Amino acid sequence: MANADAVGRPGATFVMDVERGKIREFARATGSRHPAYLEDKQPVIPPTFLTTQLIWQGGEADVMQLAEVDFERGLHAEQEYIFYGPPPRAGAQLTFSSTITDMYDKQGRRGGAMTFVVMVTEFRDEAGRLVAEARNTVVETSPAAEAQP
Amino acid sequence: MTGGLLTPPEPSVFGPLTRTDIVRYQGAAGDMQPIHHDEGYARAAGFPSVFSVGMFQAGLLASWAADWLGPENVRSYRARFKEQVWPGDVLTCSGVVAREYEDHGEGRIDLDLVCTRQTGGVAVQAWATFVVPDIG
Repeated sequence: MANADAVGRPGATFVMDVERGKIREFARATGSRHPAYLEDKQPVIPPTFLTTQLIWQGGEADVMQLAEVDFERGLHAEQEYIFYGPPPRAGAQLTFSSTITDMYDKQGRRGGAMTFVVMVTEFRDEAGRLVAEARNTVVETSPAAEAQP
Repeated sequence: MTGGLLTPPEPSVFGPLTRTDIVRYQGAAGDMQPIHHDEGYARAAGFPSVFSVGMFQAGLLASWAADWLGPENVRSYRARFKEQVWPGDVLTCSGVVAREYEDHGEGRIDLDLVCTRQTGGVAVQAWATFVVPDIG
């Protein structure tokens, strides 16, 4: 089961280079041919692009793992991106770190308990300004609530 | 405020979804979780086949909105994952304007978005806020 002691304990800090080719690849993979991605020399990122933080972070410091979330019984429930101004563009270097901000239980429809775990990742630019935030909610079901494929 | 810009475009239709579409997304995102592309792995875990990545259909839905209102104008996007998406599915992305308002002198628009499967089932429900520079 997820470990509530992990709430508030910040994870490691990583650095991410926002790259033109990666933006092009991501935009095409998510069904967009918008010229802002494909023709601009310094394209803006797609709305869900910051999920590529996966490529820049070391798994050893994953705060979800620190929180002992059981991914055999875990599901991605919600994902949110917030931008404090226009989204970053290619050429930006972002520094990010994640924190488990919340953990709470709910009763599932099938009777089992569900544990929701919220992880917030803050992305800062070279000047240290907060430019974006990702909020990732996963739900861990107890064995009784499982079963649907 | 002007009317024309805020009329949503036609829904986008994607599919039938292939394993290649899923793998292309996984490579782009850096998420190589095998349950989404390794048939043997998915079956051993009790699923009838591989299934799509939630963030893929969330990305398709975000693309529909950002292609309309401009990628540089997005200020928030929140996706809730509902039904699983399978190879062969045809996904339709659309949305409506929930609210137009001003915030700090900027025109803003809130959208209610939905990505549905060919069955009518909802794969992803989402909410987005965009800046609309020409209003406000």
